[in-house]
Amino acid sequence: MSELGDVEALLRSALTPVEPAEGLSDRLERGLSEITDAAAEELADTELSAMRDPRNWGRPVAAAVVGGSATGALVLVRARQRQKRRQAKGLRALEKGVQDVAAEMRRRLGS
Amino acid sequence: MDEVADKRKLDGDFTELYRTHLRDVYSYAYYRIGNHHDAEDITEQTFLQAYRHFERAQRESDGRPLRPWLIRIAHNLAANYYRDRSRRPQTRLEDAAVVSALHDTEELVEGRQELADVLEGVAKLPEDRREALIMRFSLGMDNKEIARALDRTEGATKVLIHRAIKQLEQGLKEDGDE
Repeated sequence: MSELGDVEALLRSALTPVEPAEGLSDRLERGLSEITDAAAEELADTELSAMRDPRNWGRPVAAAVVGGSATGALVLVRARQRQKRRQAKGLRALEKGVQDVAAEMRRRLGS
Repeated sequence: MDEVADKRKLDGDFTELYRTHLRDVYSYAYYRIGNHHDAEDITEQTFLQAYRHFERAQRESDGRPLRPWLIRIAHNLAANYYRDRSRRPQTRLEDAAVVSALHDTEELVEGRQELADVLEGVAKLPEDRREALIMRFSLGMDNKEIARALDRTEGATKVLIHRAIKQLEQGLKEDGDE
């Protein structure tokens, strides 16, 4: 083996891949969960603001579906659990917003 | 409903990326930084940043593997780590995994010092050479992937790795002569 080859063999042994500790995965999943939670909440807030405009009244179902997708598919167990809790909160807020707008419209129409 | 399907696919793809390359990112960070604690921080930040920009990266990758992109994020974070804290890389044989490839006891005793010398030599190399060696020998990246991660041409990457090995070899020889 050439000297360069020797060094390459040594490098392969010295730089063996290192497995991360399990605690890292937990922390990482928590961090990702927080990001997706924030995205879901932001989405719900945006949709609530949009609902002030009557042209957007057809959108709550779509918003709920999209909000759900923001929390759905990431296959990280803890992220899923946390997201579901936050999502439920976001959807309740969205539902209340729709009800408020509907009540306001009924009041304005004098019904 | 297309939006829902797209989001699900995107999250699924990111999960796959995370599972496949967690060890790569961690190994890269560990050998760049030299201690587990900060390597964990860099790994964590890498995946959080990657998640934020994943959709665009996937769109722009044109079907190419995303590992170089991921390692480039880790590279930038490691560079910031040194710049912010004015630290020098530390590379120690503090982890048993480093010598896991050696089994025989006699070989282990002899090999430990030899590997410690190699790691010390790698730590002394200029940053770009050190990084290229970590990508090649720890992560098993080919020239094309390393070129993408370092934003160089394949030719320049090949030369970079060759020079890094030669410099390391020279350093080891000089240390052995002393």
